[in-house]
Amino acid sequence: MATPPIKARIGTDFGSGRRAALVGARRALGTPSVVLGASFIGFGALVQQVGLNVWHALFSTATGWALPGQVALVELYALGTPLLSITLAVGLTNARLLPMAITLLPIVRAPRIPHLVYYLAAHLIAVTGWVAAMRDCPHLPVAQRLPYFVGFASALWCVTLVATALGFALAGAVPREVTLGLVFINPIYFMLLLVADLRIGSRILAAVFGALLGPLSYLVVPDWSLLLTGVTAGTLAFAIGRLHRHRTGRRHD
Amino acid sequence: MTDGTVSEAGIWWPFVVMIAGAAATYVWRALGVALSGRIDPEGPAFDWVACVAYGLLAGLIARMILQPSGPLADVALAHRAIATAAAVAAFWLLRRSVMLGVGAGAVTLVVLVLLSGAPG
Repeated sequence: MATPPIKARIGTDFGSGRRAALVGARRALGTPSVVLGASFIGFGALVQQVGLNVWHALFSTATGWALPGQVALVELYALGTPLLSITLAVGLTNARLLPMAITLLPIVRAPRIPHLVYYLAAHLIAVTGWVAAMRDCPHLPVAQRLPYFVGFASALWCVTLVATALGFALAGAVPREVTLGLVFINPIYFMLLLVADLRIGSRILAAVFGALLGPLSYLVVPDWSLLLTGVTAGTLAFAIGRLHRHRTGRRHD
Repeated sequence: MTDGTVSEAGIWWPFVVMIAGAAATYVWRALGVALSGRIDPEGPAFDWVACVAYGLLAGLIARMILQPSGPLADVALAHRAIATAAAVAAFWLLRRSVMLGVGAGAVTLVVLVLLSGAPG
């Protein structure tokens, strides 16, 4: 992934939840902020280029905070896609947040934390913070895990808001060639994240089918192309994966 | 693309779209919190959701590069393709660094556009 391994040995103890949150925030302000910041600069630039204003850009980053869905939303909006289709496409683009939340929660859960806190912290779940928490939290005392994750992710959240505004401002100020470079950050960032993340056979297949079907289906049914692509490519890859697993009699993860 | 004449509805409508999008995003996070500990992350339902998510994301990325709707539509397809290849090459050659790959791709695109004269 984008973040380098941090030396978190078994039994790391920051002393208190407060300290854990601060350490998390400080780590987030390193490499993760640079990579994610660059991507949100790209998002800010995209929003500017599409003709929306800076408050739209900031509102999207503050409330959505899952870049692929945000980019899908802005691109589809710019094409004049119906609201229902946009909402479904954004929902499906971000479906990966479900397995991420399900796997993160057992790790950060601690006694005496009210349920509501988990639902609030859940808004901060996104790829970069999730990867860091899954890697570092198991080594921390239980009471320091949620603070560490929240410190890390909320620092990133602040960085992405600043980066969004910066990208919006830059897009109007720098030469057009540079603006194009900023907007281009989004697709290649996602592409490389996807490539870096692909390990399981059926998901690699889903990504390959999706990459082929996306552009093709757009030529036939532009409004529903993304939904159609995701469900078709995903179901096909899933079925092939199951079939293959069944035939070989064991898992191939 | 909007054409500069943004009406009153044109300013508020994007917020409505974004609230819908934010709800469609948050619902997964909340559902994850509610389901954690009760659903098997290794099970088939999970696997299918993940496959659909990956397929959709890959389709979105391919479309953003091959059929961009925004400003990238002004960049020649060959330039987009070369810049994408440069990003992948840099990623593999430079210790699978996403940051260096993204940097190489963006810089390549800017250089190609500059060399070919101003875009549309």
